[in-house]
Amino acid sequence: MDTSKLILIAMLLTVATYYIGKSRAVAVAGGPSGVRNLNSLPFYYGVITSLWCGLPCLLLLGVWSIFDDYFIQQIIIQEFPADIRQLSESDLGLLLNTVSNLATGSFVEPNLAPYIVAAAERLKSLQSVSQMALNVVFGCVAILLMLITWMRINAKLRARIEVEKAFKWFLLLCASLAIFTTAGIILSVLFESIKFFKAVPMSEFLFGLEWSPQTAIRADQVGGSGAFGAVPLFAGTMLISLIAMIIAVPAGLMSAIYLSEYASPMVRTIVKPMLEVLAGVPTVVYGFFAALTVAPFIRETGTIFGLSVSSESALAAGLVMGVMIIPFISSLSDDVINAVPQSLRDGAYGLGATKSETIKQVVIPAALPGIVGGVLLAVSRAIGETMIVVMAAGLAAHLTANPLESVTTITVQIVTLLVGDQEFDSPKTLSAFALGLMLFVVTLAFNYVALHVVRKYREEYE
Amino acid sequence: MQKSTGNKLSTIDLVNKNLKKRYRAEKRFRAYGIGAILFGLACLVVLFTDIIGKGHTAFLQTYIYVEVNLDAQQLDITDSTDPRQLAMADYQGVIKSALRKKFPDAQGRRDKRDLYSLVSNGAGYTLRSMLEDDPGLLDTNIGVWVLADDDIDTYLKSRNSEDVKAFIERMNPKKIAWVESLLADEHMELQFNRTFFTNGDSREPEQAGIAGAMAGSLFTLLVTIALSFPIGIAAAVYLEEYAPTNRFTDFIEVNINNLAAVPSIIFGLLGLAVFIGFFGMHRSIPLVGGLVLTLMTLPTIIISSRAAIKSVPPSIKDAALGLGASKMQVIIHHVLPLAMPGMLTGAIIGFAQALGETAPLLMIGMVAFIVDIPGGTSDPATVLPVQIFLWSDNPERAFVERTSAAIMVLLAFLITMNTLAIWLRKRLERRW
Repeated sequence: MDTSKLILIAMLLTVATYYIGKSRAVAVAGGPSGVRNLNSLPFYYGVITSLWCGLPCLLLLGVWSIFDDYFIQQIIIQEFPADIRQLSESDLGLLLNTVSNLATGSFVEPNLAPYIVAAAERLKSLQSVSQMALNVVFGCVAILLMLITWMRINAKLRARIEVEKAFKWFLLLCASLAIFTTAGIILSVLFESIKFFKAVPMSEFLFGLEWSPQTAIRADQVGGSGAFGAVPLFAGTMLISLIAMIIAVPAGLMSAIYLSEYASPMVRTIVKPMLEVLAGVPTVVYGFFAALTVAPFIRETGTIFGLSVSSESALAAGLVMGVMIIPFISSLSDDVINAVPQSLRDGAYGLGATKSETIKQVVIPAALPGIVGGVLLAVSRAIGETMIVVMAAGLAAHLTANPLESVTTITVQIVTLLVGDQEFDSPKTLSAFALGLMLFVVTLAFNYVALHVVRKYREEYE
Repeated sequence: MQKSTGNKLSTIDLVNKNLKKRYRAEKRFRAYGIGAILFGLACLVVLFTDIIGKGHTAFLQTYIYVEVNLDAQQLDITDSTDPRQLAMADYQGVIKSALRKKFPDAQGRRDKRDLYSLVSNGAGYTLRSMLEDDPGLLDTNIGVWVLADDDIDTYLKSRNSEDVKAFIERMNPKKIAWVESLLADEHMELQFNRTFFTNGDSREPEQAGIAGAMAGSLFTLLVTIALSFPIGIAAAVYLEEYAPTNRFTDFIEVNINNLAAVPSIIFGLLGLAVFIGFFGMHRSIPLVGGLVLTLMTLPTIIISSRAAIKSVPPSIKDAALGLGASKMQVIIHHVLPLAMPGMLTGAIIGFAQALGETAPLLMIGMVAFIVDIPGGTSDPATVLPVQIFLWSDNPERAFVERTSAAIMVLLAFLITMNTLAIWLRKRLERRW
C-alpha cells in the first residue's frame, strides 16, 4: 500500500468515525427516544469522534512523508565510502539523485561505481521497510484511537463545547494565514537579500548608476563585469509608471465624474461594466497588445515625424499600462464621489453654482483624500505590474528620461534573472530577491499610506 | 432687480456678464467626461478588434489531400499487430513518395526538399493514428487530408487579402505553382483547426495546440479553488463573527488589506523561496502554482466574503440564538447559506483573476517547453496565460495568429466566469 492510498483510507476513516460516533452516542443514550439525556446532539458526538480519529491519522501520514525521505537519505549518506562523504553538499545531492534514479529505474547510466549500485539497492529496501512500518503504525494508531473514542463517548461528554472550540481554532488558523503569508514573503526576500548585500554593498545597490548583472561564471570569461547599481531600474520603473499615470488619472477620474454626476442611469449601467472589462483583461494580453500593436505603431508614427523610436519604447509600455489602470482609478473614484453627501451639492446649487463648478469646487475637494488614496494604490499597481513591461519594455538598463527610448524596470529584471537556468547563490540570482525586497517595501509604503488616507476620509461622513 | 448706477456694477450684472463663460466651461467639462469615457471604450474596442483580427484565422488550418500507398515494405512493418513497429514506421516517407508521384516535375535535391516542405513534418502522425485504429489498412491505397506546413498555411490565408501583404518570403515560384495546382484540384483547403485544441505545445506552429496549457490551467485552478474557497470563507467567518476587537485582529486585517495590494510577482518569489526552496517541491507543477495562486487570491475572497457575511441581517442570527442554537449552528445553518451567493460571486471573480495570472507562475518555473498534456497536479505543466507569453516570443506569423487565438480562448473563459458571477449575484442575491 502506498501513501496516497493511506490518505484515502484516513479520509474514509474520518467519515466513517463520524457515523460510528453518532450511532454510539444514540446507543449510549438508550435509543432515539433517549437523545434528550445526552449532553449534546448526536451530531456533535459524531464530529468529535472523527476529529479525534481522523486528524491524528492524517497528521501521522503528513509527518511521516515529510521526514522519511530525509532519514533514508541520511542513512544512505552514512553508508557511502568515507571519501565520498567528504564531498560538498551540492555534489552529494547530485550523487543521491543518481542513486534514486537508479532505484526507480528511470534512467540507467552505464559504468556506475559499485557503491552507487549498492546504495540504490539499499535505498529500495529502506523505502519498502519505511512503507511497511508506516502501514503497521497507521493501522495500530487508527484502531487504538477508535477504541479510545468509543470508550470515551458517554452522556456526560461535553461534545458540543469541544467541537465549537475546535471550530473556532480552525477559523482562527485560517484567518492567521494572512499573517503567515506576509511573514513568509518578508522572510524569503529578506534572507536572500541579506546574502546578496554581503556580496554587494547596499550603497552600491541603492545608488550605483550601472546595472549589468551578468557575472562571469569562469574566471577567464569575457563580458562579465557584474555591476549591481539599481538606479537605472528605479528610474525606468518611475518613467513607465509616470506615463501610465498621465494617461490613467485624467481619463479614470473624468469618466468616474461623468458616470456618477452626469450620466443617466441607463448609460451608467451599460458603460460601467464595459469599462470594467478593461480591468478583467489579463495583463499578458495587454503585454501582447503593447509589444505587437502599440510599439510598432508608435515607432512608425515616430518615423513620420523624423524621430528615432526604440522598438521597445517606454512610451508603448506606459500607454498600455495606463489603459489597464483606467478602470481601477475610475471605480475607486466613483466610490468616493458617491460617498460625498448630496447636501453638499445641494448647498452649492442653492448658491447658484453650475454643475461643473459644484463638482470642481465642492465634490472633488470633499472626495480628494479618497481620490488621492486611489491614485496611490494605482501607482503601487503600476510599479508592481510585470507582464506588460516584460513583454513590451527593454532588457538593457538605460538611465534616461526620454520616453521614446527603451528602459527596463524592477519587475522585468526579477523575471529575467529568475526564469531559466539559475546558478544558486550567485549574486546574479540573489539580486532578484533584493529587487523583490525593494518592490515589496515601496508598494507596501504606498498601500499603507493609501489605505490610511482612505480610511481616515471614510470616518468623516459615516 | 436693481439698475446699475454710474460705473458701479451690481451683483446681477456681474453674474450675467460671466454667465456665457460659465456655461461654456460647463459644456467643456462635460465634453471632457464624455471624451474620457469614449477613450476608455475606444481602447477596449481597439484591443478586442486587434486580437480577434489577428487570431480568428488560427481556427482554420490548411490541409493537403494526398493519396498514399501504405506499403508495408516502405513503412518497414513486418507485423501489423506489433504496436512498437506501428509507432516507429516511416509514415513521412510514404507521404513524400505520394507527393513525388503527384508532382513528377520535382527533380533534383532542392526541388524535392521544397516539395516535401509543403506538408508539416508531423503529417505522418495522422497516418499513424489511422493505422493504429485499423491495421487492416496496411498495403492499401487511401486518400487522407494531412497537415500543411505553416508557411503554406500563412501563404494561403494571405494570398487573396488586399490589406495584408502576401506572405511570400519563404515561398518560391515553384512552391507557389504547386500550391495553385493543389488548389485547382481542390486538394488543398482550409478546415477547422482541430490540432489547436487537441495538441500540446510544439516548435512547429501547425502542430502547436493549447490542450496542454488548458489542462495545466485546469489543474492549477482546481488546487486554487479547493484551498482558497474554504480557507477564505473560514477566515471571513472568524473576522466577522468571532474576532474580538483587539490588536491581534487589527493586525490580521492590516495584513489582509496589504496582501490584496502586493504585486503578484512577489507571491512568485514567495513560492520560489518557500514551496520550492524550503519544502523541496518540484518546479513547474500545477500543485505549486495552485498554492501560490491560493495565497494570491485569498485576500480578494476574504474581503468579498466578509462583505457578504456583513449583509446578513443580525435579526436572523439573534432569532437563531434565541431559539438555543449554538454559535456554530447559527453560522452553518443560517449565516453561510444566506451569504453564499455573495461569497460565490466574489470567489468566482477571484478565480478569474487567478486564471489570467502569469507573473508568479513564471517565477516557479511553469514556463518550460512542455509537449505532453499533463495528467495530474504533479506533472510538469504550463498554463494558458504563460503559453501566450511563450508563443508571443516567436516571430513566425503562424505563431502570432495562434497566440491571438489562445488569447481569445482565455478571454472567452474569463468572460464566461465573470458573466456567471454577475448572473449569480442577480439571481440569488437577496436585499434585506
